[in-house]
Amino acid sequence: MLLRTAWRRVAAAVPVAPGPKSDAPTRGLRLRVVDHSPQSAVPSDTATAPQAESMLRPLYMDVQATTPLDPRVLDAMLPYLVNYYGNPHSRTHAYGWESEAAMEHARQQVASLIGADPREIIFTSGATESNNIAIKELEAAIQPDTSLVSVMTVNNEIGVKQPIAEIGRICSSRKVYFHTDAAQAVGKIPLDVNDMKIDLMSISGHKIYGPKGVGAIYIRRRPRVRVEALQSGGGQERGMRSGTVPTPLVVGLGAACEVAQQEMEYDHKWISKLAERLTQKIMKSLPDVVMNGDPEHHYPGCINLSFAYVEGESLLMALKDVALSSGSACTSASLEPSYVLRAIGTDEDLAHSSIRFGIGRFTTEEEVDYTVEKCIHHVKRLREMSPLWEMVQDGIDLKSIKWTQH
Amino acid sequence: MAAAGGGRLRRAVSALLLRSPRLPVRELSAPARLYHKKVVDHYENPRNVGSLDKTSKNVGTGLVGAPACGDVMKLQIQVDEEGKIVDARFKTFGCGSAIASSSLATEWVKGKTVEEALTIKNTDIAKELCLPPVKLHCSMLAEDAIKAALADYKLKQEPKKGEAEKK
Repeated sequence: MLLRTAWRRVAAAVPVAPGPKSDAPTRGLRLRVVDHSPQSAVPSDTATAPQAESMLRPLYMDVQATTPLDPRVLDAMLPYLVNYYGNPHSRTHAYGWESEAAMEHARQQVASLIGADPREIIFTSGATESNNIAIKELEAAIQPDTSLVSVMTVNNEIGVKQPIAEIGRICSSRKVYFHTDAAQAVGKIPLDVNDMKIDLMSISGHKIYGPKGVGAIYIRRRPRVRVEALQSGGGQERGMRSGTVPTPLVVGLGAACEVAQQEMEYDHKWISKLAERLTQKIMKSLPDVVMNGDPEHHYPGCINLSFAYVEGESLLMALKDVALSSGSACTSASLEPSYVLRAIGTDEDLAHSSIRFGIGRFTTEEEVDYTVEKCIHHVKRLREMSPLWEMVQDGIDLKSIKWTQH
Repeated sequence: MAAAGGGRLRRAVSALLLRSPRLPVRELSAPARLYHKKVVDHYENPRNVGSLDKTSKNVGTGLVGAPACGDVMKLQIQVDEEGKIVDARFKTFGCGSAIASSSLATEWVKGKTVEEALTIKNTDIAKELCLPPVKLHCSMLAEDAIKAALADYKLKQEPKKGEAEKK
């Protein structure tokens, strides 16, 4: 009887095999399954009997927020999580030596991705820490009039690529330090710290299919860039960042960088193709859609679209089985829309209507098609519910209306 | 596939043995999880979306909010000879909570008199939809929309010639 009850539960739990009804794509690499985690077993009135279509987790289209681990990265990390657990700074035994070797190998992998020398790479806990170290350098500058230019390589909201090489050339001619936060760019577009005259660069692990909790800062040696340590302690990482280097994490970061170097061209082609597919299909089927950001200097994997007359968060709620993000105010804790969109001069009402689609290495055509289809359907539906759309259809110019302030 | 099936079987059996009430279903992506199911319901099963004839004398139209703020609600009421609201429609440009607040407002005003409808408070709307603090302004805007529609209706009843209807 136990087995029969168990079997009935299993039968109820297993999602219906892909048939004519289920049009949601399933990916081969990561199965979308029901989550049985105990912490969600809160008996609330929101938990109803599981329905067949709500059993799968959402499609992931938010790669700018974070990326899944590439399986090759996990393969590289696993031995260091299980067997080779030595502290890389232990000098006196094989555990330490093998960890140190792994750490240095990872350092070489990160360096070769950006054209740097391994001695110029310091491991940190992420791009945020790297940014803080780089900015703090300003206070530690030897000459009082030394200044620092800090620019993001690829913007995380709209995907715009900054002209890094030009900025580097200008900074170098004016003898000004140049820092760039390359979290969204490393491993996706070709970067060379020497060609682009970059003095400091921040790298994030979990943006390039590596583990979370690790990153790196590139600090130029010739000419030497001096930075001040944020945290002091045992003097690890040439005294610039004390604390035991987490071998499994840095091995993961190194592997992610090596994989990125190999896959960069193919990834770029694949992502460009999917991005083109997504934008073409949406623009063809829906009027009044604006793409935010310069279309020429643009990283294809980050597509930010504004759907006029539809508010961003309502669209996210409607697209409940796709994981997306929006530049809308409602989704941030404050009621302010995205500062990035405001800075590029987007009209405020369009800033409230924006959605960011993230396409990554593992995104499939099916997922893009599904997302596009649902997006078109729900935008149409929300426009039917929108007073602004109604007014525009009646020929009223929205800019002429005096809105009530509140 | 067999391994995956075996894994599910294992999980199901352990869930059974641990006497969990039912296999918990993870709610879908983050914004939906932050919403009460009542809010989602107003979008998925919309009621009273649409428009009434705003030129009619019995129809009051309230338009509140601003696109620059990300919230615009249009609420219309149709009132019969006895001053009772017989029909209501809404259209909203705003987040899920705003849509639900205005939808609920149209449900509540139906069947009330003009005076009774004035007593609808934003706190009642927020409580009914279990709105989190950051979304309370949506319920306030819905209350404003009701009042604006009622005010427009009252204005139309006054015997003034050439009164331009409130846009």
